[in-house]
Amino acid sequence: MTDRLKKILLGEQGLVVIFIVAFALVSALVPNFLTDRNMLGLLQSVVTVGIVACTMMFCLAARDFDLSVGSIVAFAGMVAVMASNATGSILLGLLAAIACGAFVGFINGVVIAKFRINALITTLATMQIVRGLALIASDGRAVGINSPDFYQLALSKLLGIPTPIWVLAVLFGIFGFVLNRTVFGKNTLAIGGNPEASRLAGVNVDRTRIWIFTLQGVVCGIAGILLASRITSGQPNAAVGLELSVISACVLGGVSLAGGRATMSGVIVGVLIMGIAENAMNLLNIPAFYQYIVRGVILLLAVLLDNLRSSALGRR
Amino acid sequence: MSFLDFSRITKTYPGVKALSDVSFGVDKGVVHGLMGENGAGKSTLIKILSGDQHADAGEISIDGKVQAYASTRDAFDNGVIVIHQELQLVPELSVAENLSLGRFPASAGIIARTRMLDDVGAKLKSAGIDIDMRRKVKTLSIGERQMVEIAKAIMLDARVIALDEPTSSLSSRESEILFALIDRLRGEGKVIIYVSHRLDEVFRLCDSLTVLRDGKLAAHHISLKDVTRDQVVAEMVGREISDIWGFRPRKAGDIRLKVEALSGAKLTTPASFEARAGEIVGFFGLIGAGRSELMRLVFGADPRSGGAITVDSKVVHATDPHGAIRAGIVLCSEDRKHDGIIQGRSIEENINISSRRHHTRFGVLNRASETATAETFIKKLKVRTPSRKQDIINLSGGNQQKVILGRWLSEQGVRVLIVDEPTRGIDVGAKSEIYELLYQLAEDGMAIVVVSSELPEVMGICDRVLVMCGGRISAELTRHQFAEKAILAAALPDKKTPDAIAS
Repeated sequence: MTDRLKKILLGEQGLVVIFIVAFALVSALVPNFLTDRNMLGLLQSVVTVGIVACTMMFCLAARDFDLSVGSIVAFAGMVAVMASNATGSILLGLLAAIACGAFVGFINGVVIAKFRINALITTLATMQIVRGLALIASDGRAVGINSPDFYQLALSKLLGIPTPIWVLAVLFGIFGFVLNRTVFGKNTLAIGGNPEASRLAGVNVDRTRIWIFTLQGVVCGIAGILLASRITSGQPNAAVGLELSVISACVLGGVSLAGGRATMSGVIVGVLIMGIAENAMNLLNIPAFYQYIVRGVILLLAVLLDNLRSSALGRR
Repeated sequence: MSFLDFSRITKTYPGVKALSDVSFGVDKGVVHGLMGENGAGKSTLIKILSGDQHADAGEISIDGKVQAYASTRDAFDNGVIVIHQELQLVPELSVAENLSLGRFPASAGIIARTRMLDDVGAKLKSAGIDIDMRRKVKTLSIGERQMVEIAKAIMLDARVIALDEPTSSLSSRESEILFALIDRLRGEGKVIIYVSHRLDEVFRLCDSLTVLRDGKLAAHHISLKDVTRDQVVAEMVGREISDIWGFRPRKAGDIRLKVEALSGAKLTTPASFEARAGEIVGFFGLIGAGRSELMRLVFGADPRSGGAITVDSKVVHATDPHGAIRAGIVLCSEDRKHDGIIQGRSIEENINISSRRHHTRFGVLNRASETATAETFIKKLKVRTPSRKQDIINLSGGNQQKVILGRWLSEQGVRVLIVDEPTRGIDVGAKSEIYELLYQLAEDGMAIVVVSSELPEVMGICDRVLVMCGGRISAELTRHQFAEKAILAAALPDKKTPDAIAS
């Protein structure tokens, strides 16, 4: 019995099994959890983390790291609101936000890939620079949205499901496909798995890494727009600490920090587990201070499980 | 002019002339050996061939055309493939993906999977390589991975394939498969450069041979018919080495290490053996026979599930390396790079890392005493280095091994020295020095256990050999009983005949 249990938990699909069990348990034990309204609320609460996790997965899979995502999300949100207000065109605002996100990501990528500066340090620096830019642009205050149409981005629904959740689902689909079926995705895994081999095989390592960070910036731009729309303003202090939630979700989803290993399904499950834990704790009225502890414990357990799994694989 | 021509290749690194004026040629359909001690310039030559480095002077031409590579990619595109000692594969990708890496068949960035599998399948089949191409590389054995590397060269229609120490981590059986594949490639008219330390392999496989020494061409043999092994060794080291083993009989003293019914995860039968003071005991077996695992149990690196270990009649209760070291047992592990050297740190630090506690006073390090220890062992073990401050990574394999031996010898009171594959990847000259060192230590009263996959080495330097097979000790022979066939027979799982592998 224990052997079989071990095999299931440590197998390829172990995380999915744990997710299903956790979901069933929470549904049964926590009142009001399994309701349409709560489910949509849960999904909406993971939109930002989920969207950014899509590209963070690529980043980690290529043995890189990005701490600047939280700042980019806040900055892009600010840009979207301020550019929309200034030009009167929401579309221009959105494009400006995405362009800014892409630009920061591109700079990250170039510094890391071309100048060979450690990704942790580079993005630690841009994290602060970009947060500073957001604060300067708004003079440290929240900037209100002029056009009510901007709210509609987050409020509108399609088939009864809010737009941000659709965006999240579509991005999950796109990046899952990109990881597994495209040259870019396979090259990303190859770079993380064995950088030297990839270089010798003729993979353009630098260009791929720059692309990964640029994409990360674009995706942060999208997340920033949706977040600004939901909180109905551009907030320079939005999404503080987002990078840690996103990296936690990825690690929870079995993405290896040593590179080379990542699955979209794992990341989705990782994002959802984080969301469910938070949601259930809110429903149970557990004070926010305790929630930090629970989140930390979940992350540690996930890493321990991952460790057990790799040693089980190694022994085979 | 030959198909592949090296002409007056010269390469200088800061402070060292790595290659000077090296010229030779290799024809199509020839397996050409490249030998030389570490530091002789083989790797530099291979790096220049692969486009990884540029020659300061001289040129390489293929089929009469001078080659000028800006990068390894350029060399690839010109059909020059180098298969490095450390395999360049991505563990998480499948065989097919690894073989297509860098040139995936794709439209609009989306990989055409069926086409990829068809292409790879056809190539593997025509090369006679039988590996499931959907498997992830991490699930393959080292031998299979080597096959994938060679398949990579075939995929690219390589004209020149250079193999750098390809058999260093293969079992005999895997090596045989590799040799068959190389024969096939020779038949197809490829040029094969075969870099190896192993004379047996070179003589068996190669048609012609170049020997490098100190960056210069020491000898070029168009045919190996009238060349003797001793001659090649002499060309490599620049002097005659009549007997690289240099065995000296010693008197065995009292029992130092006694292992009784030791059991652990990788052993199928509890193991018992003993080693006496002044004795060199060899452990021979195929890869995976459980030798290294047994030694890790003795050293406490892995948990033991039963049995007893005594050193000089005192029972060793501790079950961790720290306890083993205190009891006087030390282990030089098989994988120098991973478990042995500490990269990026100096020779001095690498020597002192273990015995450091002897150099402290109230928790403060006595630097002078550490320096003295380092200098003593650098001298005693003849480590070739400009200074004790040198980063260990810059030393040759043989010198790194000496530093690690120095680390253990600087522990006071070593009674039992276990060395796992002490001369893997080390050239002939340094090998002799390491053997000599082992003899000296044995003469000083240590019990020495040598784990090795090289039969000639075990027979050359040990007083007694224990053979392992499938997780148990299958035979024990003393020096006067040594015979290749008997040892191999004991090392092989039941059904195979020794001749299949001994040949």
